[in-house]
Amino acid sequence: MKKNILLVGANSDVAQAIAKLRAENGHALWLTGRSLEALQPIVADLKLRYEVEVSAFVYDAETSNPEALILALPGLPDEVHLAMGYLGNPICIEDAAETTRIMTVNFTAAVLLMNALVRSLIQEKRNAVLVGISSVAGDRGRKSNFLYGAAKAGFSTYLDGLRNFGYAHGIHVVTVKPGFIRSKMTAGLPLPGPLTATPQQVAKAIVKAVRKRKGRVYVLPIWELIMLIVRNIPDFVFKKMNL
Amino acid sequence: MGRCYGDSALSAHIVDARSLNHFLDFDSSSGLLTVESGVTFDEILQVFVPRGWFLPVTPGTRFVTAGGALASDVHGKNHHVDGSFSDHVLWFDLFTASGQKLRCSRTENADLFHLSLGGMGLTGIVLALAFYMKPIETAYIRQHTVRCENLDETMAGLESYGNWTNSVAWLDCMAGGKAFGRSILMLGESAKLQELSPKQALNPLKIHSTKGIPFPIDMPSFTLNRFTVQAFNRVYFNKHPKGSQDSVVHYEPFYYPLDKVLGWNRIYGKRGFTQYQLVVPHQDARKGLQEVLELLAKRRMSSFLTVLKIFGEQPENYLRFPKAGFTLTLDFGIADSLWPFLNELDQVVEQYGGRLYLTKDVRMSADFLRRTYPMAQEFIDKLKEMDPVGTFRSLQSERLSIHA
Repeated sequence: MKKNILLVGANSDVAQAIAKLRAENGHALWLTGRSLEALQPIVADLKLRYEVEVSAFVYDAETSNPEALILALPGLPDEVHLAMGYLGNPICIEDAAETTRIMTVNFTAAVLLMNALVRSLIQEKRNAVLVGISSVAGDRGRKSNFLYGAAKAGFSTYLDGLRNFGYAHGIHVVTVKPGFIRSKMTAGLPLPGPLTATPQQVAKAIVKAVRKRKGRVYVLPIWELIMLIVRNIPDFVFKKMNL
Repeated sequence: MGRCYGDSALSAHIVDARSLNHFLDFDSSSGLLTVESGVTFDEILQVFVPRGWFLPVTPGTRFVTAGGALASDVHGKNHHVDGSFSDHVLWFDLFTASGQKLRCSRTENADLFHLSLGGMGLTGIVLALAFYMKPIETAYIRQHTVRCENLDETMAGLESYGNWTNSVAWLDCMAGGKAFGRSILMLGESAKLQELSPKQALNPLKIHSTKGIPFPIDMPSFTLNRFTVQAFNRVYFNKHPKGSQDSVVHYEPFYYPLDKVLGWNRIYGKRGFTQYQLVVPHQDARKGLQEVLELLAKRRMSSFLTVLKIFGEQPENYLRFPKAGFTLTLDFGIADSLWPFLNELDQVVEQYGGRLYLTKDVRMSADFLRRTYPMAQEFIDKLKEMDPVGTFRSLQSERLSIHA
């Protein structure tokens, strides 16, 4: 069955990889991004490679209204991938604008958009799968990126609750915690090879999780173990560590 | 992809264009395909072969990017008919050292256009390009194989079969005496639907297999020595019966026999290998090639894979390699004795008015480049004018004192 798939933050490398996998199966794709111009090569590429329906919509986490986006869509999606994210300056405690931006893109806007989608889906009595790309950074706050981590922690918690809430309405929610990804967001950062996934690997894990109706997924299994250890380090030790 | 055999794609800082991997446009009436520069030939084939289109020109591997193909001005088995890749490019967008994005074509920024064809990426970063694809009826090649018993037959064969779109001779460089320069000449023409076997006709536009077999280990460096190479060449040559044969084969074994084995270069061991590709003009080509092959025998050097091809006419253009004549490609495992030997070969190549392909080169001298490429100095001067500090450079361009 052909599905309508909404990808929010479609300019991201992970979203593009998901789009390719879904287009391979002939599904229609609705892409959103901050600028139509930036989405244009992605739309052209998907249309040319897979000969599927692809359309693009402007949505800016900081300025757009989620209701307006839903109204602009041709209908309600069967599957949503929320891939927008903003790493930001890791330690910006003196910069209120940057802090707000990190919170808005990774948490507030993401939650408002998911809420709006779920409201419409329930109203129309539609089943759907909603995928939220969160982060292992939310599993425990570390000094190197705790603002991003806090926003992602909030998002993960929200997704857990939404999964529980959506169950009765035929809405399945997937929380993805990819660990390091080699992508635009991390370009130029030194990443440890064995712990770093490619956007293609992340996309594959996500599509598999959607198919198997998994709730939470770490892309590389090693991250589940790492975060288990990180979460269990006693705080009197953890606070002195350089992580 | 970083697949240049030499140091053309190496540098302290590298811009990886693989994220520029979007197909942008295709006009099915003219075959004009527009892609970002990091799209690979492999991907283009996967998408377009099933729709009845093929690359206008392809090197012996699909693992090259479209931008790389432009910067290396790659050629294929069809050069004598279709020219090299650049000849099929209508325009490209170049990100220059001054930070501008410039559309370059034969009419717009024409000089920059010509400087960049085969310009080894030194003029800037190609962002996107448009080139004409070739329509095909099937993904198969009608192949004609001719066994040539000596160098005269080989060269005459390449010339007399010039009406075939694809031609290449695999040469047994180890054979001496009467068999000196013997070869297997392979000719190919895109097959028509009615030429396919019933089984092939079930899926006439089948793409290549996307799974490769990884070469498992670095072989010890003595694996390829004079004797094993000689034995391999003899067996391969004799596998082909006297006279000629016809068959219909898929494009994969015809164009990309080595792509099947991922990391095939490991057969050369840890020290690796280099390729030496020369072209000599038609005039005295016979004598020149003979001298090259004789020098090989005299110095007891062996080339595992030796390929001879004919180049068609091509106007002299800055650093573009092809010119009318014969092009010989030799593969050598790295050894200390190799470098002085290649310097000797250079003398022969220069004496016969030839030159070497920069994409394969790892060791030619700055002077040799200037002596054998008549427009090299002009390229260097113009590049300096555009980019006085040498923003875009490679280990190769530094070795060749292009920015000095």
